[in-house]
Amino acid sequence: MRITNQKVEKAILSEPAPSLKQGPLRRRHILDLDDFTREEIELVLETADAMKEILGREIKKVPTLRGKTLVTMFYEPSTRTRVSFEQAAKSLSADVINLSASGSSTEKGESLIDTARTIQALGADVIVMRHYHAGAPYLIAQHVNVSVINGGDGCHAHPTQGLLDLYTIREYLGTVEGVKVVIIGDILHSRVARSNIWGLTKMGAKVVLCAPPTLVPVGLGPPAFPSVTMEPNLDRALGGADVVMPLRLQKERQQRGLLPSIREYIQFYQLDSRRLSKAKPEALVLHPGPMNEGVEITPEVAHGAQSVIEEQVTNGVAVRMALLYLLVGGAQ
Amino acid sequence: MPEKLILNQEDIHRALTRIAHEIVEKNHGCDGLVFIGMRTRGVPLAKRIAAEIKRFEEVDVPVGALDINLYRDDVLSLGWQPPVRPTVMPTDIMGKSIILVDDVLYTGRSIRAAMDALIDFGRPRSIQLAVLVDRGHRELPIRADYVGKNVPTAADEEVEVRLKETDGRDEVAIIRSDRGGGQ
Repeated sequence: MRITNQKVEKAILSEPAPSLKQGPLRRRHILDLDDFTREEIELVLETADAMKEILGREIKKVPTLRGKTLVTMFYEPSTRTRVSFEQAAKSLSADVINLSASGSSTEKGESLIDTARTIQALGADVIVMRHYHAGAPYLIAQHVNVSVINGGDGCHAHPTQGLLDLYTIREYLGTVEGVKVVIIGDILHSRVARSNIWGLTKMGAKVVLCAPPTLVPVGLGPPAFPSVTMEPNLDRALGGADVVMPLRLQKERQQRGLLPSIREYIQFYQLDSRRLSKAKPEALVLHPGPMNEGVEITPEVAHGAQSVIEEQVTNGVAVRMALLYLLVGGAQ
Repeated sequence: MPEKLILNQEDIHRALTRIAHEIVEKNHGCDGLVFIGMRTRGVPLAKRIAAEIKRFEEVDVPVGALDINLYRDDVLSLGWQPPVRPTVMPTDIMGKSIILVDDVLYTGRSIRAAMDALIDFGRPRSIQLAVLVDRGHRELPIRADYVGKNVPTAADEEVEVRLKETDGRDEVAIIRSDRGGGQ
């Protein structure tokens, strides 16, 4: 995980001039990637390079955001996103307060807006929110003066996951431009897929969506997204792929009869070694987690040589550090 | 914006050659030396001094790159976020003699930040400072061990170091701001 191999060091040391050309991040909130410019995404990814170096140090901490406070409001379960934000904030020396729906005044009927206002009054600088309703972070962003980061809202968006996936692809392949990314599975319910499609297409990737037709929402292909195509057959979709991204089959959201059975889904859409061999030999396997091993992905692929799933977790911290720095560092 | 050249290409080369000799002399050789260039222009300067030492001592001194932006004391009051680039430590700095290299020494605040950053990587035996230009106006008790040129300046003047690696040519200029009519 350290970026200390000789090649990288050489690249950094011989680099002629840093790209000071990009401006600052001109936004207070991070709600989705749909309104990000390519330059803004590049700024985040380049800043994340510097943050990743910090995570490789023995003392994984810099003093930059001393005295700043990040509050996480998670109304839906999460391991990696919440802990990742917490670690990112702490690595920048910010303080972190974690709030969950259970045990807070939400149980007494306090509204979302009132809770957010209370948190603001307590001195928060950034609120990270995950909510089961799409749009909830947008709502509170309209009612508070602090920065709001969307940590996943319903089936709508998960911008920090999109950014960390871009970062991981760029780290291994050198670029996102022209890369063929196959997203497999429950795209209908996936906020990860949506944010990824915005980010990937903006950075010049070609996206193939592969899923049973009942699990693909309308409107994600052309004309709105000219570089996104549908291919319901997994073997055909994987041909020439640089990146393969199976999504978690959201079992809790399969009660509406969209799939005949999980067994049939496995038969047609599970990523196993045989199917992965249809992609390019060095193709990367990404997964936003948590995984249903044995459903959308087999254990040997999930933990195989082409899997960068654990690296995604580390990169998630670096990308979130970059976002916190760019939002809170130099704020006001 | 009147601009006055104070160092040309040869001047810069001579100054760096002299600094290279002074560093080896003061440290009785190159044992345990590590050069850390401060981004942006400290890095090519550090590499040039190391190349000079390689020429006359035939020793490879490790060179690293340090970005101090995350350690600045004004990072939350600037109103913008300075771009951050990765720091590269070429070796474990525990017990080493660090030569910190920067282009211009001014208030001393960048050097304070750089020392904080370095200490996060370990406990060096010593930290010494080499700069191409010392323009005065210190705000902290910091001084340079090796100076290319001392340049008395007014507070409304700017010193601009241009290097081939970053700017296409080697020169140092003083730029007097037109605002306020000067002194």
